[in-house]
Amino acid sequence: MDRLLNVTTVLSVILLIVVLVSVRRAHIRPEYSVSWLVAAVAMLILSRAHPLLEAVRDLTGLPDSPLTLFLPAGGLFVIMFFRYSVILSHLRDDNIALAQRVAILEYHLQNLKNHENQEA
Amino acid sequence: MTAPANFESLLIIVPAWNEEGAIASVVREIHQHLPGTPVLVIDDYSSDGTIAAARAAGARVLPLPHHLGLGGCVQAGYKLAWELGYNYVIRVDGDGQHDPADIPRVYECLRTTGCEMVIGSRFVTENGSRTGAVRSLGIRFFRMVLRPILGKPVHDPTSGFVGVNRRALDVFRGSFPLDYPEIEALVVLQRRRFRFEEVPCRMRPRTTGRSSITAFKSLYYVVHVLLGVFVNVLKYDSRFHRAPRGKGNGD
Repeated sequence: MDRLLNVTTVLSVILLIVVLVSVRRAHIRPEYSVSWLVAAVAMLILSRAHPLLEAVRDLTGLPDSPLTLFLPAGGLFVIMFFRYSVILSHLRDDNIALAQRVAILEYHLQNLKNHENQEA
Repeated sequence: MTAPANFESLLIIVPAWNEEGAIASVVREIHQHLPGTPVLVIDDYSSDGTIAAARAAGARVLPLPHHLGLGGCVQAGYKLAWELGYNYVIRVDGDGQHDPADIPRVYECLRTTGCEMVIGSRFVTENGSRTGAVRSLGIRFFRMVLRPILGKPVHDPTSGFVGVNRRALDVFRGSFPLDYPEIEALVVLQRRRFRFEEVPCRMRPRTTGRSSITAFKSLYYVVHVLLGVFVNVLKYDSRFHRAPRGKGNGD
């Protein structure tokens, strides 16, 4: 049990560092890093604060502590994945609309240029 | 078949992706059967000489800045046709399988019936068109699925030989299925209580290249389209009525 919590602590810290470094290097926009940071911090706190983990376990009625740690974390990740699917879908729609708009504008521009050349 | 005297306000769109070998003859054939009718090839970011071949054959070309897939490609053509004020648009595939000699029939049906969409169908009458066993099974399955949704039978729901009028253009420029558009487009129109007709058309064997449809893709197609159909049936209306940016309601 302790070993599992220690591994979780290490993983949480690694996740926290990776996310912070990614934000600093602008690989992730800050607004998309929030859910990862919350998940990492929540796992870190739960893995270090045994009384809190026990309290959450009693509150939820889950049979053991590891499940108490990983079930909320798993739930959080599912919500995050869903959120990112929504974001990706919107981005894809916007991307397609933009590409179509660029193509249509270039078409009009080319027509204008051809028209000018003919007049000249 | 007697062709109409002129093809007023008609644009032929040809979505094409790496169709260098077939596109020129498709464009020339269209010009041969419909002289003076503009042909717009929408190039879906081909890596071969599709654009040059289409231009050399006398088509206008709308080159997309990156690969969008069939739905995005066709929708780009619909958007441009709408902006240019065309009343009728007929889509012909760039691989040469659709016979341009059938275009006047589709156009006549669009004009005379006033329906929003006309499908060039291989199966309205027996015309010698052949499809593979798997594809044929898929078509039968989707006929069965679509019958209660559309309220009438559709013989060839997967046909890409499709003509639309300006009312349908107005809908499709705002909302058009992206990956496998043919079947879902029917459901999109049905939600607006629009009508469609089918006219008999011939499907020719592919002359160049090869179909990208594999057995796995066929299965994926069925699942994807089935999901798309039901999502469209259940779709939330406000998202559906979302007007393109900066265009108000489009008129």
